[in-house]
Amino acid sequence: MSALHSKTDTRLGLAITLAVAAFLVGPVVLSILAGLTKNYFVGVSSGLTLRWVAQVWDMYDGTVWRSLIVAVTTLAVCLLAGVPAAWVLTLYRGRLARAFEELLTLPVAVPGLATALALIISWGTVRGLRTSTLFIVIGHVLFTLPFMVRSARASMTGAGLAVLDEAAATLGASHLQRFMTIVVPNARPGILTGGLTVLTLSIGEFNLTWLLHTPLTQTLPVGLADSYASMRLEVASAYTLVFLLMLLPLLVGLQWLAGLDARRTGAGKSA
Amino acid sequence: MRRRGWLIFAAPAAALFLAFWLLPMAELALRGASPVHGHSAYMAVVSTPRYWRSLLNTVALSLAAMLVTLLICLPVGRFLAWHRAFPGRRVLVGLLMFPMSFPGVVVGFLIILLAGRQGVINQFVQWLTGDSLVFAYNMGGLFLGYLYFSLPRTIGVIEAAAMQLDASLIEAACTLGASAWRRFADIELPALRPALIGAGAMSFATNMGAFGTVFTLGTNIDVLPMTIYNEFTNYADIPVAAALSIVLGLATWAVLFVAHSVAGSNERGAGA
Repeated sequence: MSALHSKTDTRLGLAITLAVAAFLVGPVVLSILAGLTKNYFVGVSSGLTLRWVAQVWDMYDGTVWRSLIVAVTTLAVCLLAGVPAAWVLTLYRGRLARAFEELLTLPVAVPGLATALALIISWGTVRGLRTSTLFIVIGHVLFTLPFMVRSARASMTGAGLAVLDEAAATLGASHLQRFMTIVVPNARPGILTGGLTVLTLSIGEFNLTWLLHTPLTQTLPVGLADSYASMRLEVASAYTLVFLLMLLPLLVGLQWLAGLDARRTGAGKSA
Repeated sequence: MRRRGWLIFAAPAAALFLAFWLLPMAELALRGASPVHGHSAYMAVVSTPRYWRSLLNTVALSLAAMLVTLLICLPVGRFLAWHRAFPGRRVLVGLLMFPMSFPGVVVGFLIILLAGRQGVINQFVQWLTGDSLVFAYNMGGLFLGYLYFSLPRTIGVIEAAAMQLDASLIEAACTLGASAWRRFADIELPALRPALIGAGAMSFATNMGAFGTVFTLGTNIDVLPMTIYNEFTNYADIPVAAALSIVLGLATWAVLFVAHSVAGSNERGAGA
């Protein structure tokens, strides 16, 4: 196939690809090195240390735990609200259903600042809500729900689920029974992908969270912004390193699921 | 008819969306129309050159970053699509996609490491010429940041579209003696158009609303998200912040909508 493309084409493509990879990965490597170096202004020759990571943990461990709690709660709400909605959107393909789906994705398209302002104006005066972590969870749910719905729906369409569901209904199973025993198990790959996406997005969410947070409800990205503005380069880098380490298992999981999915559909095609 | 019983299953999502997004957004739009000094905030926004400049800056910068992103991603996506197996491919693709999930604040910090006062670019230029080159804390840095978070997303979309390309068309053109450039311009580019438009619109919309990167790089970069934030926190001018948010939201949504319909009609045209 590559014979169809000239040598210059291939060489240019490879060169640009490598340059882009260097641009994307270079700063990450710099950041990791800076977080582990005794004195970044002197360079790596000053020696490696975990001192900055320990300092970050002392100062910001609260933000790490809060981010995890927010992410897990967001995931729970997205599962409870998003998966059933995905099934309804799979069954109904009318104009109204499509409009609903379009509407649901608006919080992703519209800048997070606008969503956060709207939330503060209309719900900020509710006693206790403004100062609670729940306020951040609400913002995160709005932002991540479309990803869960889209991902779950991808696993539900085309699997003949509607027919299975009809059959079970004829046999007298209730809606909830059918949903839990037919729809959810069959949509598991999509739900899993959606779940990991929700966790990843929630842990990194800043645009909404910066306006929604209070001094007592700081999440990890909020703490990151704080450390970038006020801490030494080494501390900010070490904190970034902690964040990357949290993100890594989720990304590996997503990559693995994508590979699994490709193999499954590939096998399906050849069979 | 039996299906009707399922509708209730969409109720939680619909209720959440209605209560926490649609109604608050309506209230935000109304707040922008509430009178300040005898005019609505929308009038104030429309009649103040400062806000216009901010909007134009945002649009120009987002557009420029989008175009450069597409220009860079086109050869990368094609290269990856046409070479599906070579040693190290998985690692390379992993490296290219890894930064996709970085939030804007982190991207801002990485740009500072790259082009800030202690950044590698500055150190290299100083070593080379003795002068200093620092551009992280202005439009240049923001442009680089936009590129940073647009590239991974766009590469994936273009690669996927290039994989779908019918190789026999290019083979046929080859046999008919079309030059490499003609094959690219007449066959590949039209086939990739919907993907380019879609990815471009996504990149533009993300750039328009990106706040974390600007926030990290500096408060004196004059783009709309920063202006909204300043109105809200420094001047507590909520009606103006609301009006500007609505303008930003509408502009972003309009671009996505137009791109969606253009790309959609193109797909239908190709099918017919």
